[in-house]
Amino acid sequence: MPAPALAETDVPQAATPTAIDLREEFETSGVKDVLAELDRDLIGLAPVKRRIRETAALLLVERARRRMGLAHETPTLHMSFTGNPGTGKTTVALRMADLLHRLGYIRKGHLVSVTRDDLVGQYIGHTAPKTKEILKKAMGGVLFIDEAYYLYRPENERDYGQEAIEILLQVMENQRDDLVVILAGYAQRMDRFFESNPGFRSRIAHHIDFPDYSDDELLRIAEQMLDQQNYLFDTKATAAMADYIARRRAQPHFANARSIRNALDRARLRQANRLFESAKGPLDAEALSTISAEDITASRVFALKPGKGASK
Amino acid sequence: MRITQGAFSFLPDLTDDQIRAQVQYCIDNKWAVSLEVTDDPHPRNTYWDMWGHPMFDNPDAAALMLELNACRKLYGDRYIRVVAFDASHGWESVKLSFIVNRPADEPGYRLERQETAGRMIRYTTRPYAADKPAGARYG
Repeated sequence: MPAPALAETDVPQAATPTAIDLREEFETSGVKDVLAELDRDLIGLAPVKRRIRETAALLLVERARRRMGLAHETPTLHMSFTGNPGTGKTTVALRMADLLHRLGYIRKGHLVSVTRDDLVGQYIGHTAPKTKEILKKAMGGVLFIDEAYYLYRPENERDYGQEAIEILLQVMENQRDDLVVILAGYAQRMDRFFESNPGFRSRIAHHIDFPDYSDDELLRIAEQMLDQQNYLFDTKATAAMADYIARRRAQPHFANARSIRNALDRARLRQANRLFESAKGPLDAEALSTISAEDITASRVFALKPGKGASK
Repeated sequence: MRITQGAFSFLPDLTDDQIRAQVQYCIDNKWAVSLEVTDDPHPRNTYWDMWGHPMFDNPDAAALMLELNACRKLYGDRYIRVVAFDASHGWESVKLSFIVNRPADEPGYRLERQETAGRMIRYTTRPYAADKPAGARYG
């Protein structure tokens, strides 16, 4: 018996277009806005932006081909983001979800960010339902697995991580229409992870490497962060911050933009303290929102000899 | 005899795409969707077995389709329905339910008439399928 389609699921089939204006597609699909936003909001990361542009172009062309009946399979969209901590991987993943959503490759465009703890269970039979629960939540969007290499623990062959990996691989292969998986982590450890799990490497089409920020970029990031919180540096503080960044980089556990954010949080703390202790009358808005050099130079980083810790 | 319970049951069976669209509609209305299974098709049998948990926080219908396919693998010879539960205050009840899988062969019901005092008749409907023990009723 032929099943007549229900009205609400009946998608009218548009006639196959004979020509597609990519420029117009680029503007109407909203991809242009996402890329412009990316350029505006994210400082530095030139190679990453270039890769995203290329990926967007590929997907746009692929979509045009599909509409003309030239392509039928969904391209593999799973990605791996490698780079040091604080280089903007999560932020870019959010933008990527938005981009894929606007291009129509994912239906909802939300990002579910998880780590090993969210996927791997604690006892036998716990992992599969846990992983599936997360996968179901991520369907129609992007699953972002931070520090993905922790899933695989070669030193313990009974580790449940392997089970999560198998389920992930299966879904990445069979339900490419339903979700996009982005793996993220340090470059070297990701490489080792891919070596020991060749299934992942072959299912991931786009490898994007996130470079460290330069000192200059970090200073601009600091200014942008402050601006978003309605704070500003005075001129001396800007110089002090530049000095701070150079010194902080030489210290261990330097996490790029994240270190800067933490430093700013501490500077705000010191600024508040300074105002509280030194203010002798009413304060105006400018005084309340200005970070001065002494708020930054009070950091312990300045107490250490420059260059210490760089040699490990 | 084709069982008609829940929404859409007088229509031809929904295709997977149609099921997906209906489920997406439920999710977009913030209803929690879930699957239930039974092999006792009596209309008064309201308590079907749950398949997994109700999905309160999955934004896309693909999640339910994944479970539906898993459920069909195991219980493809039974009745499976989608239940959409509205948890909002004042409703707290099922807003929509429809059958998404049925056995290949549906034997229907026997109507029993019991004659009682004063020429009165009591009627009982009994699914033929329920003559067999649970779990061995279809296929």
